[in-house]
Amino acid sequence: MTENPGIASVADLLAHAHAMESEAHERYLDLAEQLELHRNVEVATLFRKLAQIEQLHVRKILDRVGALELPHLSPWEYRWLDDEAPEAASIGEAHYMMTPHHALSLALRAEQRALDFYSSVLEGGGNSSVQELARELAVEEREHVELVKTWLAKYPEPGADWAEDPDPPVYQE
Amino acid sequence: MNTQTVSASAARAYKSDVKPVWCPGCGDFTVLSAITKAFAELGLPPEQVAVVSGIGCSSRIPAYLNTYGFHGVHGRATALATGLKLARPDLTVVVASGDGDGFSIGGNHFLHACRRNVDLTYIVMDNRVYGMTKGQPSPTTEPDWDNALTPGGTGLRAFNPLVIALASGANFIARGFSGDPVGTARLIVEAIETPGFSFVEVLSPCVTFRPDQRDWRNAVRPAPVQPTGDIGAAARRLMTDDGFNLGVLYVGSRTPYQTHRTAAPVSPSEIEQQFAV
Amino acid sequence: MSEDSAEFGNVSIALTGSGGAGVITAGAMLLDAAARAGCYGMFVRSSGPQIRGGEAAALIRLSMQPVEAQDDVFHLLVGLDWHNIERFAVELPLAANSLVIADPANGPPPEVIIETGARIVEVPLKDMAKAVPNGRPNMVALGLIAGLTGLPEETLQAALAKVLEGKGEKALQASLAAALAGLATSAGLEFDRRLPAATGHEKSRWQISGNQAAGLGAIRGGVRFVAAYPITPATEILEWLAAGLAKVGGALVQAEDELASINMIIGASYGGTPALTATSGPGLALMTESIGLAVASEVPIVVIDVMRGGPSTGIPTKSEQSDLNIALFGLHGDAPHIVVAPASIGDCVFTANWAVHLAESLQVPALVLSDQFLGQSRAIIDQPADLAFATQRLTVETVGDGYRRYALAAGGVSPMAIPGTPGGQYTAEGLEHTPRGMPSSQVTDHVAQLDKRRDKILGFDYGDHWAQITEDVDSDLAIITWGSTAGPVREALNRLRAGGRTFRLIVPRLLAPASPQRMAAALRGVKRALVIEQSHSAQFFHYLRGYFDLPCPADSYHRPGPLPFRPGELVEQIANWSAA
Ligand SMILES: Cc1ncc(C[n+]2csc(CCOP(=O)(O)OP(=O)(O)O)c2C)c(N)n1
Ligand code: SF4
Repeated sequence: MTENPGIASVADLLAHAHAMESEAHERYLDLAEQLELHRNVEVATLFRKLAQIEQLHVRKILDRVGALELPHLSPWEYRWLDDEAPEAASIGEAHYMMTPHHALSLALRAEQRALDFYSSVLEGGGNSSVQELARELAVEEREHVELVKTWLAKYPEPGADWAEDPDPPVYQE
Repeated sequence: MNTQTVSASAARAYKSDVKPVWCPGCGDFTVLSAITKAFAELGLPPEQVAVVSGIGCSSRIPAYLNTYGFHGVHGRATALATGLKLARPDLTVVVASGDGDGFSIGGNHFLHACRRNVDLTYIVMDNRVYGMTKGQPSPTTEPDWDNALTPGGTGLRAFNPLVIALASGANFIARGFSGDPVGTARLIVEAIETPGFSFVEVLSPCVTFRPDQRDWRNAVRPAPVQPTGDIGAAARRLMTDDGFNLGVLYVGSRTPYQTHRTAAPVSPSEIEQQFAV
Repeated sequence: MSEDSAEFGNVSIALTGSGGAGVITAGAMLLDAAARAGCYGMFVRSSGPQIRGGEAAALIRLSMQPVEAQDDVFHLLVGLDWHNIERFAVELPLAANSLVIADPANGPPPEVIIETGARIVEVPLKDMAKAVPNGRPNMVALGLIAGLTGLPEETLQAALAKVLEGKGEKALQASLAAALAGLATSAGLEFDRRLPAATGHEKSRWQISGNQAAGLGAIRGGVRFVAAYPITPATEILEWLAAGLAKVGGALVQAEDELASINMIIGASYGGTPALTATSGPGLALMTESIGLAVASEVPIVVIDVMRGGPSTGIPTKSEQSDLNIALFGLHGDAPHIVVAPASIGDCVFTANWAVHLAESLQVPALVLSDQFLGQSRAIIDQPADLAFATQRLTVETVGDGYRRYALAAGGVSPMAIPGTPGGQYTAEGLEHTPRGMPSSQVTDHVAQLDKRRDKILGFDYGDHWAQITEDVDSDLAIITWGSTAGPVREALNRLRAGGRTFRLIVPRLLAPASPQRMAAALRGVKRALVIEQSHSAQFFHYLRGYFDLPCPADSYHRPGPLPFRPGELVEQIANWSAA
């Protein structure tokens, strides 16, 4: 696990947490919309559910923020471990014929990255209130990971031909 | 809470309620969100921004934004944007194209937009294929890429848009990758902030016709060099580049082209005196 | 058939020369002097394919009445030399009573001149010029012509001073001395075409070319952005506008090609600035895809096509009315737009102004069909009226939620949000779209938007501007023509009237949308019509037959360029037709 010593204050950590949860929420909404447009109702519904859950998380974070003033961070000033906010499901991995198994695997990877992020903050040291908050957030995140895991267990991996489409793509414009 | 954080929702405000028709997984989604992040970061009022495009999957972007937009004809976006920016220097004008739109049918305008150096930001979503028309090769396609229109590949050397941009006079040259939305947003912010013609190539996989491009994630890397204003150094860097170095590769200091408008205009009846006998 | 109008004071002069002889400059000075002397006139240039130094002819017609055509013959031909004159011979009709001034230094005049039977008089132009320090033969010829045609010396002096302004006092004095030598020589020559002294004019007069006039009309109409790519014979519009726009607070951009120029003006107009481009046939062909974009996205633009001989590169320096079809029908899809044509050099001001007014009012592309003859001829005319249109694009100032750019408004014109207007954000769209501008391939949207774009054009009140209906409006024989052909037709009809034959003349300015009802009204009581145009395939005639449902039998007289119509040719055609 990479250490993340960059998070220095509770406000800083909350700014990260807030950005992470809202990005995750937006991302699931985007994915839901994409799949709705491609008439993959089952997966779209699933993404909508995930989006709802993330929205609750956003609210929870905002409750913690209370009257605290958060720093302004440009998108590239966040100290994520990766290219972007960890909990946002990787949009490039979507597919119009994806199954709930794929969707939940995608979500699981995202939740796991979120957990990794908080763990890295924990390992990075910092003051005790940052540590304490990171620990709490990590516990919550671990619950999500477990939740998605049980969910995923209900959807076994589909056969190798899951993406087979007998029709060709459509010529446009 | 007092958050000036560029949160997802600040960026979201730049999205329109039109749902993209792109294939799920398409790199263009991330470019769209990088653009909205950049606008949010710059705090641009949406009515002060115009996004102009040509034709192609990538060129569908204006309708997905809550700014002014123009979805024009194939290949002519930079020209249309040039007219708009010259007539309305107060607007922030961003141009969006695909590699076919920008480098093939629009190739001549690309050269001259670089050369003219009007204060525009030109984002080309390069997927090395014509997505919209179902997978034909573009000027940036590898010579051996097999396809229905040129079976066995074109056999033609791929075009290097960054080198062309440098040689033609673009003032800012960068490459991003859709898998790196934050980095791409940052490039777009810098491109908009840099006066003159800013060219940002964004590697943006076409998951439908170039599923092999999902591997780009492993090929890209931050350019191991700092941005330079030295055109010779930039030329060497770009000529030897394998197409996967990300970041700002050249920033010049050319003065942008503007049309001069007199502060003391006269009325048409005054100028017609020249015809009086 | 040349029906003489010498009693009105009317003379046509050709001055030919090559290799830096300066005939064009001398021609411009002659026109300027004539303007100062109170004349009307027209100056047409003809030149070989060389960029510089080739054979050239300055063709000048001076008259005490406004003139809109070249006459049937030249009464005076002055040859500074005869290099390659055969090429011009067909453009320089001479009659037995024409006077040819030949310089013995050039040897005997060529056969093509001699065989016309014209009276040839030798004047040693070169030697006379040599006698003056720094004197030039073209100035001697200019003085000679001024003397023969009766232009007062002071007008010549003023014209020289104006054209040579900035060349220094020495150059001016040398030119003047050479011209005065020519003037003195003229006294000894016989010539029966002296112009009478002018008796003052009620109206003020202008000296202007059709290309300048079109540029002025555009500026009057409110155009403040121009993007263009140079092409003969449209370039003078652009050169004039580059300077003109700079004065009125606009700007001109030289684009990389016509694909760019048309898109640049669409961009500028989308941004709220009335915008225009000017080109000729090859450029118009390149622009057609994007003119369709302006139709679909409802962005007002004006495109002036100064027509030249086609197809392809064709005859760049000569006139033809053969871009009518591409202007009317060159756009793909069902793409209603405006096509207008000026009926004279002076009318280029009005028609260009009107085109801007129509484009802005209707949010459509308006094409203006001028041609090389109108565009590049310089004329002395009565000052054109300024019909100041209250041109205003329908825009929105404040926008509530759910702005619909392409709303199905009554009359079809929907208010346009100009970028910068808060809440008005929309995407201008070349794909078929919904009222909000969202791409749509639904039949209802397609039909609704097609109807909208058609209805706004058909429902507009074009008023009396749609055509000039003149001459003998009670006659039951009608001539229908358009553009630069109207000038020689009008002169032909004047001559025929003198012989007691009368015709109704209909010159539509508004070519698209087709206006069959207006045409039917204009033709009420007409038994037969003759359609006259400069096109090899009778494009206008077929358009009228196909789209105007003419209420009477119609015949066609048409032929291609490069030779201009002369009144005599048309008198003969019209007389034969009406006698049939
Ligand atoms: C004048 C014209 N020619 C051809 C087309 C067809 N066409 C539409 S999009 C396109 C290529 C688009 O490729 P690219 O610009 O790479 O965009 P992508 O779809 O890959 O994003 C073509 C050839 C057209 N619309 N107009
Ligand atoms: S075809 Fe390719 S470029 Fe077009 S939307 Fe689909 S993935 Fe994107």
